Amino acid sequence: MKKPTVYDEIKAAGYSRRDFMKFCGTMAAMLGLEASGVAQIARALETKSRIPVLWMHFQECTCCSESFIRSSHPIVADILLDKISLDYSETLMAAAGHQAEKSLRDTMEKYAGQYLLMVEGSIPLGNEGYCCIGGRSAEDILKEVAEGAKAIVAWGNCASAGCVQAADPNPTGATPIHKIIHGKPIISVQGCPPIAEVMAGVVVHLLTFERIPQLDALGRPKAFYSRRVHDTCYRRPNYDAGLFVQSFDDENAKRGYCLYKMGCRGPVTYNSCGVIKWNNGVSFPIQSGHPCIGCSEANFWDNGPFYKHLQSFPGFGIETTADDIGLGLGIATGVGIAAHAISTNIRKRRHINLGADNTNTENK
Amino acid sequence: MGTRIVVDPVTRIEGHLRIEAEIKDGVIVDAFSSGTMVRGIELILKGRDPRDAWAFTERVCGVCTTVHALASVRTVENALNITIPPNAELIRNLMFCTQYMQDHVVHFYHLHALDWVDVVSALSADPAATSYLAQSISSWPKSSPGYFSDLQKRIKKFVESGQLGIFANGYWGHPGYKLPPEANLMAVAHYLEALEWQKEIVKVHTIFGGKNPHPNYLVGGVPCAINVDEANALNAERLAMVGTLLEKAQQFIEQVYIPDLLAIASFYKSDWGAIGGGISNYLAYGDLPTNGYADVGSFKFPRGIIMNRNLGEVVPVDGTDPEQIKEYISRSWYTYADGDKAGKHPWDGETNLKYTGPKPPYEHLNVEEKYSWLKTPRWKGNAMEVGPLARMLVGYASGKDEFKEVIHYALEKLDVPVTALFSTLGRTAARGLETKLVAKWSLEFFNQLLANIKNGDSRTFVADKWDPETWPKEAKGVGMTEAPRGALAHWIRIKDQKIDNYQLVVPSTWNASPRDPNGNHSAYEAALIGTPVADPENPLEILRTIHSFDPCIACAVHLYDPKGKYVHQIQTF
Repeated sequence: MKKPTVYDEIKAAGYSRRDFMKFCGTMAAMLGLEASGVAQIARALETKSRIPVLWMHFQECTCCSESFIRSSHPIVADILLDKISLDYSETLMAAAGHQAEKSLRDTMEKYAGQYLLMVEGSIPLGNEGYCCIGGRSAEDILKEVAEGAKAIVAWGNCASAGCVQAADPNPTGATPIHKIIHGKPIISVQGCPPIAEVMAGVVVHLLTFERIPQLDALGRPKAFYSRRVHDTCYRRPNYDAGLFVQSFDDENAKRGYCLYKMGCRGPVTYNSCGVIKWNNGVSFPIQSGHPCIGCSEANFWDNGPFYKHLQSFPGFGIETTADDIGLGLGIATGVGIAAHAISTNIRKRRHINLGADNTNTENK
Repeated sequence: MGTRIVVDPVTRIEGHLRIEAEIKDGVIVDAFSSGTMVRGIELILKGRDPRDAWAFTERVCGVCTTVHALASVRTVENALNITIPPNAELIRNLMFCTQYMQDHVVHFYHLHALDWVDVVSALSADPAATSYLAQSISSWPKSSPGYFSDLQKRIKKFVESGQLGIFANGYWGHPGYKLPPEANLMAVAHYLEALEWQKEIVKVHTIFGGKNPHPNYLVGGVPCAINVDEANALNAERLAMVGTLLEKAQQFIEQVYIPDLLAIASFYKSDWGAIGGGISNYLAYGDLPTNGYADVGSFKFPRGIIMNRNLGEVVPVDGTDPEQIKEYISRSWYTYADGDKAGKHPWDGETNLKYTGPKPPYEHLNVEEKYSWLKTPRWKGNAMEVGPLARMLVGYASGKDEFKEVIHYALEKLDVPVTALFSTLGRTAARGLETKLVAKWSLEFFNQLLANIKNGDSRTFVADKWDPETWPKEAKGVGMTEAPRGALAHWIRIKDQKIDNYQLVVPSTWNASPRDPNGNHSAYEAALIGTPVADPENPLEILRTIHSFDPCIACAVHLYDPKGKYVHQIQTF
């Protein structure tokens, strides 16, 4: 029997062609595509059946799953729950125990080499007993499920960099998945959690183009992680003008001045918070008065304390005062971009060497 | 010796939970609840700035996001003797209420409903009869025959695709499912509607805390400034959005969640109103202060303990008394310096990990010895159940009219005695009833916030203890709250401006822990004993009772091992 395409399902769900094209347009805009990209997305969704997805949970807090279900455009929620085939998700699946393991096994066998693996959580290498599911260790399960995956999505900071449990002294040896799995394309969708629309955007990109999006040096999709929060922050003019909040709820806070002196990590954090914002564009941390804590960067937990401003901790490389920091940062940014570009190319080459791009296209 | 069955992973929960149960003659005679994942947040907190602790502890759980952040800022404020401004208390209350509404609705529809609702049966429903049913119990507008007919076609198409996704290998057709096809179809419709709805209500968190999951908190108040004459602060537009979101949330809870809960309960009340009661002691720390957190008497959810299901008396609880709350590790993968038999008050809590379980892959845990990453908390040596049922019972026994009103309303509607509350179904019903109260209260808090601003009070933060130089050399504190899953508290010791010790005792630790040194069961294990299991291959009944507690296992486990390897890196651009 012919499997219904994504577009068939959207029609069956009562959405019009217009709704469908609007959705494709939104996704194209989010992915930074030109107008022709809209047609490409539409074509892909009209003709493809649903990709099986296995979503594994290891050392995590489920904030990524929670963020995922917050994706805002109604059709996106439908796409992700109905248009991919979410065959294993401990958070949402009806089956439990043996039946859940059967679902996992069925997809691994039936769709070997074709399914997407999505990982939420880090892997504790300190002791096998630190994370077991169905009596098996997290490392064992990850390696087996990764074997037949077409591509891997590392959701959030846990899977990408170890997040809070990897903070000093990393008691359980929490390890991100790219240090365990080699030879497969891994997309790090960073953040604690990542923004819902970013998660949806990455899934749609995979679904549409059947290849991984362009990644930065740390494996993050460039579409969403190529800009610093600082450079896309609507409070940036205050920073450039030297207008800073000096204390929470002071007169400057009430005017929405820059939170740099309150410890804002916007200058060292690459994410889309200033562009896409959170929960369908309602706000983002800085807009709601709290400094960015840098949750989409590796080891951000150890770049604290959070309320100490940046120049005073090691590794930042800016030896200047907040009043003339605009100038200092300008220079540092230039250096940063160059370094960034170089490291991105190294990363890309590594993907090519590993045959990552081939892996992505051979299973059409 | 009966049959040992294992459910692992227990799905539709937060975290990694394993249940092993002994079944004899179709009934569970013993049960073992095990948390199988550990991260070690408490150790990671040592030596850090206490003002940062909320962010670390918030990451204990992303499902009940906010609750650990709230407990944490209160703990630090308690240690440093900080009283936050009234507006900050109101905004924290609004975030609390938002969390309850989102979390409880998601639990009911997306984590629990499939234990009671047979999705496959919905295919044979008559859409017109479904419409009649929906309109007979609620004025919710999405209820036409065409609406249900379209939905049914959509499910049919989904099933025929052969890719069942999250619905694959469910217990469909199990004799334990009692709803008629029409009720199943209505519930599936609301499953999908609730999925859309839940992302709206959390926008209250986004407005006040900048994002959800994991909105921002602040020691000394809340981070969002109020300025009605400024686009960059909480102004009339932002506040109006909060008001609209809260009103719409209440509408959904009153017109969808509560009618569905009562309708589904009416089909299951005769058996599940008597199964799964478990232990008979209930603990609530209480929350939602209306006159500051220091005034416990002003809490909307009262604090207290009920012993032996005696609703005639509420016993006080004190988190600072070293003899009241203690954690035991005799059946958990830890050691204490002075032996594994003793209990420790959280201010003196210890965390020395030692995994002695079977080497994976394993078939069974060695349940005669240590078998979980959860510690076992006790109040004066007694096992306590925490959660919505405990809160409703403490409110009821405290003589609060609002609690009596909603409980009597539900009991009358279902025509069951008050003892039906002490059950699997009672727990599920209590969760819905408190959501009804919280939805109402959220509008009270919102109106109070508007009144304060109108009267000229825009303070959201108190700065006088922000600077660590102002702190005493040593301090200790406790911060209590009611997470959606029950009584939650953090204990802190501060020394030389740094965290010296930090301990969390969380709801699912109370409920899901292994037995204590005297062999007494905690709530999950006790509630499973006596539960009939029709088909050991398809243990639907176990999921019903376990899900009625709404497990949150990442919360429940928080330990460490000193051997972890770590390479320190500072990320630069």
